[in-house]
Amino acid sequence: MQDDGLYAALLRRGMTRRSFLGFSAAMAAALALPASFAPQIATAVEGAKRLPVIWVRGQSCGGDTEALLRSGDPTAVSLFLDVLAVEYHDSLLAVAGADAELARTSAMQLYPNGYLAVVEGSIPDGASGAYCLIGGRPAADVVREVSAGALATIAVGSCACDGGVAAAGWNTTHAGGVKGLVGGGKYMALPGCPVNPVNLASVIVHWITFSALPAADLAGRPLSAYGNLIHNQCERRPHFEFGEFATEWGDQGAQEGWCLYKLGCKGPETMGNCPTVKYGEKISWNVRAGHGCIGCMTPSFWNEMGSAHKRLPAPVFFLPNLTADMIGGGLLAGIGGVAGLHAVGMGMRFKRRRVIAARDKAMAAVGSAVASPAALETEGPQAEAGPDGGRAPEAGGASPAGTLDAAERGAAAEAALDSGAPAGPEER
Amino acid sequence: MARIVIDPVTRAGGNLRVEFTRAGSVIDDAWVSGMSFRGIELALAGRDPRDAWTLAERICGTCSGVHALASVRAVENALGIRIPVNARIIRNLLAGTLLVRDHVMSLYLGQLADFVDLKSATAADPAAAAALAAKQADRPNATAADFATVRDRIAAEIGSSHPSVIGNGWWGHPAYRLAPEQNLLLAAHMLEALDWQHEFMRLHALLGGKDPHPQTYLVGGMAVTPPWGGPTGTAGRDHPQVPDRNAPEPLSSEGFAFMEGLVKTGRDFVTQVFAPDVALLAGAYSDWVELGVGPGGYLSAGEYPANDASPPELLFPTGRLDDGNLEASQPVADGEFTEAVGSSWYRYQAGADTLLGGGSGETAPAWPGLPLPLTTLDGAAAYSWVKSARYRGVPMEVGPLARVLVGVANGREDIVQTLATALDPLNLQVDKLPGVIGRLVARSVEADVVIGHAAIWLSDLKANLATGDLAVADVTSWDPESWPAEAHGFSLGEGPRGAVGHWVTIRDKVVADYQVIDASTWNLAPRDVTGSRGPLEAALRNTPVADAKRPLEALRVVHSFAPCAGCAAHTFGPRRDTPAERTARPEATR
Repeated sequence: MQDDGLYAALLRRGMTRRSFLGFSAAMAAALALPASFAPQIATAVEGAKRLPVIWVRGQSCGGDTEALLRSGDPTAVSLFLDVLAVEYHDSLLAVAGADAELARTSAMQLYPNGYLAVVEGSIPDGASGAYCLIGGRPAADVVREVSAGALATIAVGSCACDGGVAAAGWNTTHAGGVKGLVGGGKYMALPGCPVNPVNLASVIVHWITFSALPAADLAGRPLSAYGNLIHNQCERRPHFEFGEFATEWGDQGAQEGWCLYKLGCKGPETMGNCPTVKYGEKISWNVRAGHGCIGCMTPSFWNEMGSAHKRLPAPVFFLPNLTADMIGGGLLAGIGGVAGLHAVGMGMRFKRRRVIAARDKAMAAVGSAVASPAALETEGPQAEAGPDGGRAPEAGGASPAGTLDAAERGAAAEAALDSGAPAGPEER
Repeated sequence: MARIVIDPVTRAGGNLRVEFTRAGSVIDDAWVSGMSFRGIELALAGRDPRDAWTLAERICGTCSGVHALASVRAVENALGIRIPVNARIIRNLLAGTLLVRDHVMSLYLGQLADFVDLKSATAADPAAAAALAAKQADRPNATAADFATVRDRIAAEIGSSHPSVIGNGWWGHPAYRLAPEQNLLLAAHMLEALDWQHEFMRLHALLGGKDPHPQTYLVGGMAVTPPWGGPTGTAGRDHPQVPDRNAPEPLSSEGFAFMEGLVKTGRDFVTQVFAPDVALLAGAYSDWVELGVGPGGYLSAGEYPANDASPPELLFPTGRLDDGNLEASQPVADGEFTEAVGSSWYRYQAGADTLLGGGSGETAPAWPGLPLPLTTLDGAAAYSWVKSARYRGVPMEVGPLARVLVGVANGREDIVQTLATALDPLNLQVDKLPGVIGRLVARSVEADVVIGHAAIWLSDLKANLATGDLAVADVTSWDPESWPAEAHGFSLGEGPRGAVGHWVTIRDKVVADYQVIDASTWNLAPRDVTGSRGPLEAALRNTPVADAKRPLEALRVVHSFAPCAGCAAHTFGPRRDTPAERTARPEATR
């Protein structure tokens, strides 16, 4: 292999210096690094040798390989011939059978602790591993062996991270992710169904630049890609704030590109970067195209995220949606009162002072703080604003910026919607 | 006779294993095994039928979207839902462009190394390769200098002490037959195909939100957002937010212009690169016309509804050819789709010799505890995670070859003519189509026909939106309260690699039963209890294999089916499981 570094290879591919720097800047952005890191990335990538990769597939649909083939920057050709040296990948390898096995084992010997192990698909341990056999051996054995000698093991796609679709429901084959097979080695999870190739490319570039994996959360997911709620980056988010929801497929709201939360979008519960890096070389992503997020970057999403077309009945870990959902269902009028209080906000400060005065009085009367301040605080404005929360949007609009967080405003707006305010048709 | 084992079969989907015996240097008998099972069926039971497609879609990520489409159709069939015109056309666009891309990549990623010796390509004269390319078509980036660049890249790749996946082949094998310049031309086209396909599939990301696994399917239609106000609506309406304008809306005029551009480059690629390359291979490997012939039954479930009638007119007709009779197309009934498990690692309650239909299937895995690692499956009564799909008990080949043959038998003009254009220069007739080369030709014919229709679908969609019809989904039956207590539905259709059938039973608003019989359950089927071989097993017989350690010729037959063992092993339906059996299943611990 002609190995004078990646930059030289990219130049041979017709890449210009300018677009190369653009690539470095894009990678810095994908890794949530400041733009000042772009030159460092460029320098590292310029001198880099191709990184050996052994790609193993367990119970997989092939979607993550296909996602990689759809990578646009760098292209699949560039990844395979310039950036990486993929030594083993069963759906690409020209040789087959024993020679294919040899390609894997000899690469492991040739690059001890010098290759990336990439695993796609879940690994079952039911039936002694017979639910997935590679060369007649349980996939678990092959993965364990490959990751033992790897620089790091990267689980691509949700199946490799937590068992994915094979582990949904009853998990007949006792499928799981690869983390338990990695031993003490470095591990990174890139969930998504399928993985976004930008995230894989950025992890590889991070490795080339810093000889380390990017900072990760407890599930092993890089924070750069999985550190933000999809909801918070969503281009339809302002519609959520303004209480503009599509409530039926194909209705006016859907045609206007309004928020899909009421049609089951899991953006408010899912950490990921789909809205920013998108798919198809930034052409679109699912919410933009018109369907809500199904939460595929969340661990065990097939079991945890409920119906793809219904809002979650209970929150996962994003508390404000508890409020929004419960108000939406009219389940807890008291919470509506709380939302009303927040919405009334600073504009009712003098009344609040009265409440505080009342509380002080009550405290003094009781002598010891038996009464809950929160209960007292709720009591006052509830009486003032009325239980329907109908004034919330106006008051919310008048309140100074920053007193309400976005989700609370959405909740207030939604409360208005559900109570028959003119913003849209009733939810079924 | 000792069996020769190929495991893993590379350049295939899923985990595939082939064992065969030889008489002299010719394959005497063969056994095809799918080596993985996922059991998605148990995850589907009890779910909202409106969600079923999200799981079903994950059956295959290569033919992604095929099972989502089959699933929404089955549920729509159960609930009596008719989809709007826009949804039908968008579904055709997604499925059709997928087929074109899959056929092209089946050649350049799946089959190329079976026919093209990359090492020989490094000895090619780039000027001669450029002259060869010029004879095919006038393409950009096809100068002698371009071919020299490709040659050097490949030389660097396979000259390495440890070549990577693309460079690591059985180069120099006596079964390779192309001239160095032909090898270089095809190698260059492989790289060009890779560069073309990721651009082409942006159409899926635009209409589907992402790809693989486009996410805009919906029971009742599609969840694609028309541009604000639609093409006839007013622009610049008073609105609090302007979304990211850098990317086109799927159905805006920019979106259409983008898709039309992609369809045009797709058509150019198919007619200027893919079809000529198929012709080149068919000419050079003419003895492979008669090798790899299947068992003689061909089945097409029909695809691409061309109108909204019920049943709709189809671009590729439904039909079945029996016993190698390529002229008499027989009707297809969904009730005759059955599966046998005589050689598969499942048990049927009524016994292994039973055939169960799509609407009444069972999936109870029963690994017999063979010693691992496996050396050979010789002597094993059952040898695959793939079931044996049978039509009235008979194995059928499905896929592009079957569709084209059924189309010709039904006298479909566009298929007949495109096929004639492809076969005439090769001096071949339709009756010579069954075989390794015929499957290649069928793919190029289909790709040509479908990419032509993609342009028509785009203009139809644009015209229909312009009438003011912005409906993308029929939601009159969206509310579960409107459903009957029990409903049965099915869908028959075609993915790139063959017939796909989904059967669903909805009871008490949830999926009670789900069964899939898809392309690879047909083509990669093992034997049934009567001993009749599956299509690939039958096709492998009589194939010469000169070198048992490098069974390149066997791979030619295997890859001609574009096999994907991943999807074959996903049949659904825990119908006969008792509650006791359910609770006995192990809990996930990881």
